Amino acid sequence: MDTTRRRFIGDAARTAGGVALCGLGLGLYARRSTSLPAQALRPPGAITESEFLAACIRCGLCVRDCPYDTLQLAQFDDDIAIGTPWFNARNIPCEMCEDIPCVAACPTGALDPALTDIDAARMGTAVLVDQENCLNYLGLRCDVCYRVCPLIDEAITIEWQHNARSGKHSRLLPTVHADACTGCGKCEYACVLEEAAIKVLPQRVARGAGGRHYRIGWEEKAQAGDSLVPADPEHRYNLPEGLDYDYAGEGLIREGDTATPFAADPLETLNRESAP
Amino acid sequence: MKLSRREFVRANAAAATAAAAGVSLLQAPDAVAANGDNIRWDKAPCRFCGTGCSVLVGTREGRIVATQGDPDAPVNRGLNCIKGYFLAKIQYGEDRLKQPLLRMTNGEYDKNGEFTPISWDAAFDIMADKWKAALRDKGPTAIGMFGSGQWTVWEGYAASKLYKAGFRSNNLEPNARHCMASAVAGFIRTFGADEPMGVYDDLEHADAFVLWGSNMAEMHPILWSRLTDRRLTHDRCKVAVLSTFKNRNFDLADIPIVFRPQTDLAILNYIAHHIIESGKVNKDFVGKHVNFLRGNADIGYGLRPEDPREKAAANADNAGGSQPMTFEEYAKFVADYDLDSVAKLSGVPKKELLALAELYADPDTKVVSYWTMGFNQHTRGTWCNNLVYNIHLLTGKISEPGNGPFSLTGQPSACGTAREVGTFAHRLPADLVVKNEAHRTFSEEVWKLPKGTIPGKPGYHAVLQNRMLKDGKINAYWVMCNNNMQAAPNMNEETFPGYRNPDNFIVVSDPYPTVTAMAADLILPTAMWAEKEGAYGNAERRTQFWRQQVKAPGEARSDLWQLVEFSRRFKVEEVWPEELIAKKPGYRGKTLYDVLFANGQVDKFPKQAVTDAAGAVYDNDEMEHFGYYLQKGLYEEYRIFGLKGPKKGHELAEFDAYHRTRGLRWPVIDGKETLWRYRSGYDPLVAAGKDVEFYGKPDGRAAIFALPYEPAAEEPDDEYDLWLCTGRVLEHWHSGSMTQRVPELYRAYPDALLYMHPEDAKKRGLRRGVAAKLQTRRGEITIQVETRGRNRPPEGLVYAPWFDARRLLNKLTLDATCPISKETDYKKCAVKVTRT
Repeated sequence: MDTTRRRFIGDAARTAGGVALCGLGLGLYARRSTSLPAQALRPPGAITESEFLAACIRCGLCVRDCPYDTLQLAQFDDDIAIGTPWFNARNIPCEMCEDIPCVAACPTGALDPALTDIDAARMGTAVLVDQENCLNYLGLRCDVCYRVCPLIDEAITIEWQHNARSGKHSRLLPTVHADACTGCGKCEYACVLEEAAIKVLPQRVARGAGGRHYRIGWEEKAQAGDSLVPADPEHRYNLPEGLDYDYAGEGLIREGDTATPFAADPLETLNRESAP
Repeated sequence: MKLSRREFVRANAAAATAAAAGVSLLQAPDAVAANGDNIRWDKAPCRFCGTGCSVLVGTREGRIVATQGDPDAPVNRGLNCIKGYFLAKIQYGEDRLKQPLLRMTNGEYDKNGEFTPISWDAAFDIMADKWKAALRDKGPTAIGMFGSGQWTVWEGYAASKLYKAGFRSNNLEPNARHCMASAVAGFIRTFGADEPMGVYDDLEHADAFVLWGSNMAEMHPILWSRLTDRRLTHDRCKVAVLSTFKNRNFDLADIPIVFRPQTDLAILNYIAHHIIESGKVNKDFVGKHVNFLRGNADIGYGLRPEDPREKAAANADNAGGSQPMTFEEYAKFVADYDLDSVAKLSGVPKKELLALAELYADPDTKVVSYWTMGFNQHTRGTWCNNLVYNIHLLTGKISEPGNGPFSLTGQPSACGTAREVGTFAHRLPADLVVKNEAHRTFSEEVWKLPKGTIPGKPGYHAVLQNRMLKDGKINAYWVMCNNNMQAAPNMNEETFPGYRNPDNFIVVSDPYPTVTAMAADLILPTAMWAEKEGAYGNAERRTQFWRQQVKAPGEARSDLWQLVEFSRRFKVEEVWPEELIAKKPGYRGKTLYDVLFANGQVDKFPKQAVTDAAGAVYDNDEMEHFGYYLQKGLYEEYRIFGLKGPKKGHELAEFDAYHRTRGLRWPVIDGKETLWRYRSGYDPLVAAGKDVEFYGKPDGRAAIFALPYEPAAEEPDDEYDLWLCTGRVLEHWHSGSMTQRVPELYRAYPDALLYMHPEDAKKRGLRRGVAAKLQTRRGEITIQVETRGRNRPPEGLVYAPWFDARRLLNKLTLDATCPISKETDYKKCAVKVTRT
């Protein structure tokens, strides 16, 4: 266990906050509180959890200045370091105030004052955790999570997929993009199911990570703006009469496949080897 | 119990969860067993929009415990939107009305008294008194009724008979006047017959879709998932979206167009011009099937006659007039709408306009146009409808799979009840109209009434009814199956003063205490949806029936029961003049109930058990009460209008057929449904030897109308500097009286928001999340600003949905209508937004 000095201060503060407790129970409680429950989110701008616990002086100013009563101070039975601010998106989500009053109120930097654009906040990441019960995955038209998203079409987009069961409809699949999701929790709050199918989780829980030994080819290419290895010279093929072959595109092409026998580029027709 | 591996895993997971939560495990097996055994499933159309999805309704011990999308229904194939998902909850709001309530003080009716429970008998006593007094003092124009596109077919039919024949008053309107009257007027004007020629199957045949003022992504969610599937699976498919702000459709749009409000008129004319200029007119089709007409211009805005805008309008008195013209004259007329000038007027880049016009012009692209309120709620709504038909007629892209104009409807039975039954102030069943004497005579014969019973003058339309209430011209008024105090425009100046006018007695029938009920003098508790036997007609001419699944709570009664029972309170002598009775002396001394309902036709099907294919027996509370199969009798009498009436093309199948099917699309001829109307092979009514025949018109030709761009009734100025556009959200239906009572839907979208451009907000010292004052010349409300989210207006326009009873947007809207269709423009008025 990596116990830094700051972390030590944090633990001490928690202990101070729990003076009413005693003996073994206190010890257990203090240990549990070092990791936040998955459904407990920190306010926008909260620095990393261990540093946050050290920096937060439990003054409650951020909670006082939250206009929507989203933030609350952790109580004894919340399983969160007592006196620290948190919210549960299913109860009251973050409304993403433009002026971020909670951050402005924080006297210690536990909520990073460098956060001035609420879209840059990362309170967590929404994850569509249950595709079996999500109504849109079933083909229904709910998409409530998508429409309530303050960053609609960025943090949540709709991906269309043919509904093979109905044969005539598409499934509109809500898809979260972690690079834009602030973790405000409006989606989780609004999910109409009895238990939300989409939940905001701390990024450490929500996100996978690819191995560094592998890169995603098309993304690397897009980032570089061109192929990392230069494109091939033109390929030529042994083909029966009337057939063509497109290396990068559709593969084998029969003459009848196109609407006219002529290529779109007249030079192709003019320069064809079989030209009269 | 046999469990598959997967179920086993799930059951164990459930057990583990239950154990962790400290819940007794005994509950789980109970729920599983009940799910399999004790639920009775029967079909019904969804209660909400005009798409007409079918659901299976699950009842147990007299209560709807679940629903499911009907996997065998052709419209939705087992799917539902989020409103349909919660159908099982809409009738179980805690505040259901269960007994009649009258405003009383010290045991007496008092217009300013407190709502007090009374009996049905006492309720009908005072109602009958008030109706009789109004009829006696001022005649049939002093009573009125505002009904609904959510009425079942027989409810609309019973209301029409009671008012037009019984009370001899044409002051009967449906809320559909606010919704698709412009579509009706457009269909009648161009084709001489109402409702679309195509069906939803067009979605699987088209190459291109153009959405004109139709936010299908939110308002017709299941059709949208069908349209997007075509876009996904058909290579060439393109989608063009036109709106005055960016909505969810734009997510899929290949040709996204945000235009300046009202300039859709110019864009439509530009497309016609482009088709002509580029030589893409289908000359054979136009030569054989089309007439050209120049419609009257400068027709005013349907405001009160003393309004300066009406006084200044040259043709306010003859808005629907037209004169014949030639194709060459028409071509010259639309030549004014060239690409440069229309791009400038509409604010749409030329590239997009050209791409849009090419979808229509290209003979190899099959194109379907869809529209809803963007066209219909428009002071030139009828024109918009006419103009889109022009484009389809010029190219002959109509009445065949994948090609055609298709007006979508917002209510579950706007087509089936409001339009087909004809519950408008000017209509009778099956496209007949009151001002046509032959139509009246035919109706009187079907109804076994003396000639001259039905008045020939159209009654007051929806907006006019409210003006007449305010002016004291209508004194007894029944509002049923709608929430017009929240819907009708200019509530502060017209609707509310009308309802609270001390001379008037207002009755509201509703399942819930709506804003309208609060403004009433007498509230009648009403059965809803599956608490009665019903029939709806959706947007693709599909008529769907359902059986009564459960009983209504308390003393709530169906609209049908209320209408028919109320007719017992009137003797013929109390409502008809002596000369009319003299023509049918046998009716002397009888009640309107005897004459209209116990007439040997409506009461001819004896009391019987209503059963399904499995033999399960269903309640029918109206049959129980009246002693015969009332719904069947009304329907079979109504059906005569389609089978034998002067307008062909409205043939329906017999009553029992609909209980066996998931709907049939009319005209149903020899048991066969009609998919595409007016085209030989698809439509048996097309005369032999003709490929296409628009048989609604005497010469079989549809009309292309030359109609200009004209400005809106109220445009932004220095003081009221923004456009206000109103609309809906997917989560809530209409005024929210049902969906706002479903906790999950309320939570998903609790309060109406004002969508505005971030720059517009900034300029006014506003930002996202703060409350703002939204103000027009007619009223103001406070509403929270949203600069992000689902709708993205351009600078200069704000948008808000109207479902929220706590923020009555209709305090702001202007009661300007299309002068032809009399439908309100809810999409355009001038507003200012300031800090509170």
